[in-house]
Amino acid sequence: MGLAAKRTENGNAIETDGLTKKFGTLIAVDDVSLKIAKGEIFGLLGPNGAGKTTLISMLVTMRRPTSGHATVNGHDIQKEAAGVRESIGIVFQDPSLDEELTAYENLELHAAMYKMDRKEAERRISEVIKMVELEDRLHHVVKTFSGGMRRRLEIARGLLHCPDVLFLDEPTIGLDPQTRQHIWSYIKRMQEEHGITIVITTHYMDEADLLCDRVAIIDHGKIIALDRNSALKDSLGGDILAIETPCSDKLREAFGKLEWVGEAKCHDGRLTLRVTKGEQRIPKLMEIARKKGIEVSSVSLHKPTLDDVFLYYTGKTIREEEASPNESLRARVASMRRSG
Amino acid sequence: MSDLIPIYHIWRRELIRFSRSKSRILGSLGMPFFFLAIIGTGLGSVVTVANGSYLDFMAPGILAMVVLFGSIFSGVLVIMDRQFGFLKETMVAPVSRTSIVIGKALGGATTAVIQGMLMLGIAMLLGAHIEMADILPAIALMFMVSVMFVSIGIAIASTMEDMHGFQLVMNFLVMPMFFLSGALFPLNTAPEPIRWLSYIDPMTYVVEALRYLLVGYSTMPIGMSSGILGIFLVLSVLLATWLFNRIES
Repeated sequence: MGLAAKRTENGNAIETDGLTKKFGTLIAVDDVSLKIAKGEIFGLLGPNGAGKTTLISMLVTMRRPTSGHATVNGHDIQKEAAGVRESIGIVFQDPSLDEELTAYENLELHAAMYKMDRKEAERRISEVIKMVELEDRLHHVVKTFSGGMRRRLEIARGLLHCPDVLFLDEPTIGLDPQTRQHIWSYIKRMQEEHGITIVITTHYMDEADLLCDRVAIIDHGKIIALDRNSALKDSLGGDILAIETPCSDKLREAFGKLEWVGEAKCHDGRLTLRVTKGEQRIPKLMEIARKKGIEVSSVSLHKPTLDDVFLYYTGKTIREEEASPNESLRARVASMRRSG
Repeated sequence: MSDLIPIYHIWRRELIRFSRSKSRILGSLGMPFFFLAIIGTGLGSVVTVANGSYLDFMAPGILAMVVLFGSIFSGVLVIMDRQFGFLKETMVAPVSRTSIVIGKALGGATTAVIQGMLMLGIAMLLGAHIEMADILPAIALMFMVSVMFVSIGIAIASTMEDMHGFQLVMNFLVMPMFFLSGALFPLNTAPEPIRWLSYIDPMTYVVEALRYLLVGYSTMPIGMSSGILGIFLVLSVLLATWLFNRIES
């Protein structure tokens, strides 16, 4: 009773406090404290090796934290691991199906391990398999499935036991654009129809942008920014307008006086301006230019993306981070293991 | 115990996987068949052991070999589960790891006993003198020792990262266990060092007990061999559970 009451008045699906995981001298997750509200889609965004998967694996009770605390659905991840496991679903980054079994047998085994009632299991199996559009492959051995089909089956399996919190670790990695679209639409639907809390790790900016309500940017095990997508982007100071004109200096003088124009820079015959709500400002700016008799050959508007946010906070693009293989956590851990 | 249904399904998974890999069934019987058919009958023409045919002497030993290889292999399959990621699925499920070990041990033992029964049929076809009435107790014994060997396999697998170490286990653990067990030659006339080593080899007691049950010949009382096996069984299950519980995947 006491616990249940506490859980309902506490609106957070996940809370972590100073969560840290070290592998020897390597700090994979560094003092992470965050709160994830019930029913939100929360993104952990960062390059490969940033510590996203390690963070998730602690939350799903697969690894023990070196220090710090966390609760998932009101259960302490260390003291109440069973409670955590019952309330979560997980889709791992790497495949975790039994390839020798059929889709049905995989789901049936999952249902049994989550102690689902037989009838309920049957009903849910047909429900989730329809959702991921694999009905016609239900009794085929998983070995014969394509990468995208396996991924969809894993998502179906993660949802089978109606978890309160679903963890998706890089759900669309290595998939073709069409399958990614499909998976995104399932994820959205799950949140809308069932109010499930969803935690996604991804290194795809577009994915985080499209799906997530809030995003935490994680780099070298630390959370360096956490907010709503729009707030993160706004924190950069607005949109960028690039104006091509032969007299960029003159134009800059004219626009620089406007109070809603932030930074204004000229280079290569182009004027770039930082403005909020760029699309609404263009007509006004053009009017001013016409009055001054300055010819403008083109205007382009660039809305900040999470890529820009990442660049802003880390000083690197996510690609640059990934290009340096020594940074990869897996590589680092593996090399440590090899050297003993 | 609320984990009975998960245990049943983990057991069933082992059986389904076994039934789908025909090559594994056939492959597991190949070497023992040639041992029995060629060495058994070949040596049988020049050797008699304990006033019986060499084939009769050897058949229980080969049966024990099938059970040993089949069980250890089943246990070591945990590594494959880890490589193919399925292990993670079981590790985060709300099922205790002990239950997973029990389900796997029972499943692996069942498949090993099926292989043992096939081998028993082959031995009888080759002319080994085995009474129908003795088969049932032998199957019961095979099941018990299979649980033991699968547990040893799981224990080993829990400490290995990938399948590369499997050959090492086969060559430096499983084969010596088989050769030292007295499956191929009587131990009471064997040189002293071999005899001493054979006493710490659980396979010795498996061969002795099976030989007692199937052909009525043994150098030790059945109570002693099965009692010692009981102790080995408990120890190996405990070891498997302990090591499997320590896996951090």
